[in-house]
Amino acid sequence: MNKVVKNAEEAIKGVKNGMTLMLGGFGLCGIPENSLKALAASGVKNLICISNNAGVDDFGLGVLLRDRQIKKMIASYVGENKEFERQFLSGELEVELNPQGTLAERIRAGGAGIPAFYVPAGYGTEVAEEKEVREFNGKMHLLETALTADFAFVKAKYGDTAGNLIYNNTANNFNNMMATAGKITVAEVEELVPAGELDPNQIHTPGIFVQRIFRGVNYEKRIEFETTQ
Amino acid sequence: MALDKNGIAKRIAQELKDGYYVNLGIGIPTLVANYIPENIEVILQSENGLLGIGPFPEKEKVDPDLINAGKQTVTAVKGASFFDSAVSFAMIRGGHIDLTVLGAFEVSETGDIASWKIPGKLVKGMGGAMDLVASAKNIIVATTHTNRKGESKLLKKCTLPLTGVACVKRIVTDLAVLDIAENGFKLIERAPGISVEEIKSATEGNLIIDGDIPEMKL
Repeated sequence: MNKVVKNAEEAIKGVKNGMTLMLGGFGLCGIPENSLKALAASGVKNLICISNNAGVDDFGLGVLLRDRQIKKMIASYVGENKEFERQFLSGELEVELNPQGTLAERIRAGGAGIPAFYVPAGYGTEVAEEKEVREFNGKMHLLETALTADFAFVKAKYGDTAGNLIYNNTANNFNNMMATAGKITVAEVEELVPAGELDPNQIHTPGIFVQRIFRGVNYEKRIEFETTQ
Repeated sequence: MALDKNGIAKRIAQELKDGYYVNLGIGIPTLVANYIPENIEVILQSENGLLGIGPFPEKEKVDPDLINAGKQTVTAVKGASFFDSAVSFAMIRGGHIDLTVLGAFEVSETGDIASWKIPGKLVKGMGGAMDLVASAKNIIVATTHTNRKGESKLLKKCTLPLTGVACVKRIVTDLAVLDIAENGFKLIERAPGISVEEIKSATEGNLIIDGDIPEMKL
């Protein structure tokens, strides 16, 4: 069993037009920078991308958006990404906005083999349109379905050759669940070590969920809003 | 005089109690962290996966892997923990968060809130707001009483797409503190120097005035 691939170009092999991809990260924190660059360079099109945000105009998923590689976004927050907002408002891009916790849970459920579940978030709002409503304990809930992807791209601080991953601080966010929900999960890590060197007690994502792993290079780790004392 | 953003945050900070786990939204709510009374301990949750938000870092200690839900660089307090987004929303959906403070475009007299979309003009996305308002035990809205055009944000019925229904408990604006009561916005306090009449004219929804309305103590 060899999960280690040389670089991002090798890691994205098999990604085809029209596929559904998951991309970890919150804003620009913990995004799979190397895989995103390789996907942008590959020119693959008509993608359905599941990611909490869509990067910024010139970095991360924003680059794929700008170059019209994305057909549909499933996300929770458009935020400060002007091009995302523009394509959304003009109808050029199909967008499905999910409440953030619902999005996280749909991905978790996808990885855990749970096809659907009920949550209260979004009841009485646009999000509830065409969804089954059911009352539990006197409170209204929506039926939400699981999400999976052809490829999930995640980023961790440490990884080993068995595919075990450890995230750093708030760079975990969506990565941990997305790793479980890809048919093929690609992990890029800042430090790749031989199996046995990471403390099994500290592993966030067990290696079973990861099919390909590589050491990423030249991390920019851009900060959206550098705020200091 | 109407309160500024910091004044609103200062007033909301008075709602905090020792031992509270609190989620502060983006904008004015974030400022509440600056006014937590020194004699109580409050743990701030950030839905991107941090329990125990600390102050903004010193310039040389900025860490791109350590941000809040507003994507600002932050620090973590002693005793903090990091986790993934599913666990984060288990805290929220599971009712473990004592208080949520968030901003709004509109609030209705029945406690509905609209905060994420202006059709055809602006889409921010709901982020974690829908999850928070659907499950938090206590929700306070921090907002200006009127929008930039001078129109009331406290309405009979929201006109914009909703974030949640019948969920807001209390609203702190630049003019007043109001509670959602059975028949409308119940006026609790006035901002210093603001008259009941001024609040009345800035409120489109039904305003309930019961006896003398005290001024806020800031």
